[in-house]
Amino acid sequence: MTNLRVLTIGGYLSYRALFNWVNPYVFCITTLIPSITTLAFFVYLGRTAGVADDTYYVVGNALVAASAPALFGMSQAIAGERYTQTLSLLVASPANRAAVFLGRALPATATGIVVSVWTFVIASLIFGITVPLSAIAPLALTIAVTALACVGLGLFNAALGLRWRETGVLGNVFLYVILLFAGVNVPLDRLPGWMSTLAQGLPVTHGANAARQVVAGASFTQVAPLIAAEALVGAAYIAIGLTAIRLFEVEARRGAALDVA
Amino acid sequence: MRSSTTHLVRVLVVGLGLHFKMLSRSPFDMFVVVASPLIFATLAYFLFNGRSGTNLLVAALASGVMGIWSSTTASGAGALQTQRRYGVLELLVASPTPFWAVLLPIVLAISSIGIYSLATGLVYMRLVFGVPVAIAGWMPFVVAIPATIGSIGALGFLFASALVRYRSAFMLGNVFEWPVWMICGLLIPVTVLPGWLQPVSWLFAPTWGMSALRSATVGTGAPWADIGMCAALAAAYLGAGWIFLRFFLNAARADATLALS
Repeated sequence: MTNLRVLTIGGYLSYRALFNWVNPYVFCITTLIPSITTLAFFVYLGRTAGVADDTYYVVGNALVAASAPALFGMSQAIAGERYTQTLSLLVASPANRAAVFLGRALPATATGIVVSVWTFVIASLIFGITVPLSAIAPLALTIAVTALACVGLGLFNAALGLRWRETGVLGNVFLYVILLFAGVNVPLDRLPGWMSTLAQGLPVTHGANAARQVVAGASFTQVAPLIAAEALVGAAYIAIGLTAIRLFEVEARRGAALDVA
Repeated sequence: MRSSTTHLVRVLVVGLGLHFKMLSRSPFDMFVVVASPLIFATLAYFLFNGRSGTNLLVAALASGVMGIWSSTTASGAGALQTQRRYGVLELLVASPTPFWAVLLPIVLAISSIGIYSLATGLVYMRLVFGVPVAIAGWMPFVVAIPATIGSIGALGFLFASALVRYRSAFMLGNVFEWPVWMICGLLIPVTVLPGWLQPVSWLFAPTWGMSALRSATVGTGAPWADIGMCAALAAAYLGAGWIFLRFFLNAARADATLALS
């Protein structure tokens, strides 16, 4: 019961603090507007390069939109506590670590889904992308699974925040890697073999592939293996993230380096 | 007794040198200026693979200008918020030295570390992808670099001045990152964009800076005219920034909200 309370109430309070909800415009300028401008940049870059059509870039970057709230929101789970000087108290508390951090992961996942759907809808209207009605349900599932996978990577980023203060830099590194490697903006067959192989272990790669096929008319059963692969990648990152949090926490306690990392 | 002009020049020069050195040791700021060219030069290479070496060289320069702009939006807009966080904003405003002379070196230093960005883009493209650095007109090229950096820095001054009363200036500045990358003819020719965006791009210094660098590199166009536009825009930005700064600082003093904005 205590773990459930930490997971839900703790996650909710942390989420409100993240965006200073007294004034919701911070949320808009942090997530909703950049997701559209980033996507538009890549659509026009794609037109310049002529390697794929608008749909390729709209679908891929709408899924990437879920990664920013995941990466930066989760890293703030550590950086924000350090900034307000409550990180030591959090680590000293007997609360279940998985409940604490998964509680922060749930709102980040929900935000990722909202931002991704928003980006998809607005970009489809701007660039004239048509999505068949039959694609809505599998597309929604793909977006949700991709957002969760991104949060898994975000959880790992949060863990690294226990050892390194510059979580914003780390978040940007992961985001750039996804933009470049995940077959979102450069088709995987144009990348060297090692880059496309690495992409198989990144969030968004399989989700973007599934979403493109769904929009092109594929059925759920046809893309189910891709969605499952995306879910597997997400589950792996969540497991790695929680393990890393535990390891880094022990190491930070031993070195008394939690607040000075 | 030193004249006030000598004093101002000293404040500007020492401030520029001091902040340049501080920024050069900041992991976040160095990441911003180095990561952008690495990612976007790589992206351009794989998207434009097969095009001429000159095209790839221009893409490397474009990725460098993107880094300069990133630095300016990421740190320039929030430059005053940084001073506020350090607790010195009120002291700086109250000091006998005009506040514009304190702020200008900060934002110029922020855009000046973009020199790392240009160098990274060129060296990376040369060493990793073997693209020769063949510049058609070295003289205009060498002059175009400080003109580009200085004019973008002046735009940063305008941003910082206009956003002096906003705590979320850092995030507001970030909103401009991708749109300016998109509309200023860096990796995407303006001819690919909707026609109404072209006049908008003329208002932004990166458009003319990139045009000058491209013209000097390729040996076509009018690099000196572009450099002239950089200078004219920089003067306009500085004038507008000075007016904004006076207006907003007076308002903040009258309301006693400088530290609380």
